[in-house]
Amino acid sequence: MAITADDLRAQRAAYDLPDAGGHFGPYGGIFVPETLMHPLEELREAYERFRADPDFLAELDADLRDYVGRPSPLYHAARWSRELGGAQIYLKREDLNHTGAHKVNNTIGQALLARRMGKRRIIAETGAGQHGVATATVAARLGLTCVVYMGEVDVARQEANVYRMKLLGAEVVPVRSGSRTLKDALNEAMRDWVTNIDDTFYIIGTVAGPHPYPMMVRDFQTVIGREARAQMLERTGRLPDALVACVGGGSNAIGLFHPFIEDAEVAIIGVEAAGEGLASGHHAAPLCAGKPGVLHGNRTYLMEDAHGQIVETHSISAGLDYPGVGPEHAWLKDSGRARYVSVTDDEALAAFHHLTRTEGIIPALESSHALAEAHKLAPTLSPEQSILINLSGRGDKDMHTVAQHDGWAA
Amino acid sequence: MSRIARRFEQLRAEGRTALIPFVTAGDPNPATTLELMRAMVAAGADLIELGVPFSDPIADGPVIQRATERALAGGMSLDGVLALVRTFRAEDRHTPVVLMGYLNPIEVMGYESFAAAARDAGVDGALIVDVPPEEGHGLVATLKEHGIDLVYLLAPTSTESRIARIGEVASGFVYYVSVKGVTGAGHLDTGAVAERLAAIRKCIALPVGVGFGIKDAETAGRVAAVADAVIVGSAIVERIEALAADAPSIPGAIGDFLSTLRAALDASDARLAEEEPA
Repeated sequence: MAITADDLRAQRAAYDLPDAGGHFGPYGGIFVPETLMHPLEELREAYERFRADPDFLAELDADLRDYVGRPSPLYHAARWSRELGGAQIYLKREDLNHTGAHKVNNTIGQALLARRMGKRRIIAETGAGQHGVATATVAARLGLTCVVYMGEVDVARQEANVYRMKLLGAEVVPVRSGSRTLKDALNEAMRDWVTNIDDTFYIIGTVAGPHPYPMMVRDFQTVIGREARAQMLERTGRLPDALVACVGGGSNAIGLFHPFIEDAEVAIIGVEAAGEGLASGHHAAPLCAGKPGVLHGNRTYLMEDAHGQIVETHSISAGLDYPGVGPEHAWLKDSGRARYVSVTDDEALAAFHHLTRTEGIIPALESSHALAEAHKLAPTLSPEQSILINLSGRGDKDMHTVAQHDGWAA
Repeated sequence: MSRIARRFEQLRAEGRTALIPFVTAGDPNPATTLELMRAMVAAGADLIELGVPFSDPIADGPVIQRATERALAGGMSLDGVLALVRTFRAEDRHTPVVLMGYLNPIEVMGYESFAAAARDAGVDGALIVDVPPEEGHGLVATLKEHGIDLVYLLAPTSTESRIARIGEVASGFVYYVSVKGVTGAGHLDTGAVAERLAAIRKCIALPVGVGFGIKDAETAGRVAAVADAVIVGSAIVERIEALAADAPSIPGAIGDFLSTLRAALDASDARLAEEEPA
């Protein structure tokens, strides 16, 4: 799609999103019970105060450097690129972060904010367990009490992460309501927050939820895109032709995309989980196959039935198994600035194996969805062109799932 | 004047506190809900709150969430709830019915279609839990056009400016959430509630109902001393759950429970009347 100079100006003028009420065009906002309205206002005020505070930012930067290991490397996957036969593929190695994924960029930011707000108890929801681990990790380091809500189904399929959280001193609460996955864990965490508002800080793990979460989580995650943009320029002398990232709630994707939004020549591609295929109905691809609605405090694309009930999702990757998506992605889709596609379980698994065998990097199943899209995209581009993929997490946590799928384990 | 306003005016004239039971529509099945509505009116309910089941009820505790799951499993939908109200309304023209639920099913139906259908079915008010005034523009205007009262929650965390803002859009009555937490939570502190109600009444002229955490006749009686309406949900839904396998017994059992609440409210109202002779 050709973007004109006028479009670009309009986008620049428009791209100071969200507005004061947390809206990205018609999406986002604050759709919560009255009990949460004032606490969200307090959070927004605190966040806006601290994000302009040099002392807070210096503390955050130091932690990202010394504790997380940032900047994360930009890796030219030369062998994999050659095999795919087309564009040069660069991987932003968020898998090398402490705790193994991009999630920690956000939990450090929010935990530091919690401490400055005087909140001593941290709660979080988790799907694959990566956000739960990243939250338990920073809570341990800051000496904060930590409770993580996790759907019972996810507890079963991400056993290793449950154990890690417990080792780190967190209480893991299995959620048995609804579909017993990420969305239900989020419901339960919100209930906890409503009940314990005075001393509790809710660290949401993705760019969803009510304002200011989509904005705040995005801001903490844009370190990915800011680093990657500078690294690409330094390494190749130009910007990449395309960005690719997987989208569940969409925090790793928005973290990569956001600093490139005004670079009209860079194509932006988000990859949702098509599960067993969009036609099967067993997927987690609200942007590709859902409709706008309201869930978990914001308006966005959702997977729902004809009566507005949220439906169960399916993806081999627990981290993408969510029926909604961050409202900024909904806006980027409608505005045409980003394109959203989907990749099936099988395609993601094939990419998982391919990267592992050609580069010696075992990716998370979530990130494997982005890799699978590169399988399709790279051959359509020339070797002079480049694709920047967010390798958002490592695959250690997925060993059991993959082994089971390949018939190596029960 | 709306049916809700008329009902509160009448109660005020009689010096009575309103008893508002909440049940989830379709729990455990639609026929039982209809019977239950009749039984609750017979046992002294002044207004009925009907929960519209939603898959992700973030403001509700486990008891009402399970009720929601039972209702959805039985095929209940927003259309189904409206059909129930229509049947009820054909035989009871006086008892106001307020729908309590979440926005998404209404979004799917469309604001205009919902408002028109609700009005037509005999719905009097709507409490959309996850729509604060800030996000309500289109919905508020549409419901008002169709004469449906907008009931809002007020919380212990609501600031004075929020109370004032809600006062500008609310009609019928306002619903004070007496505890920080979800439905069915915690322990209710009557003294703290009284203090908050005084602050609310400075900003809002509407009747004030109190709910969340009223589990028995004793608490209901204490709350009745300070509130215009006592709203009981989880305590009823818990009893429905216990009898879910024996649905025909539910209306009678809930009627009996409501009678004890009604008696507690009446006793409190009588005490107040003695203390402050009209």
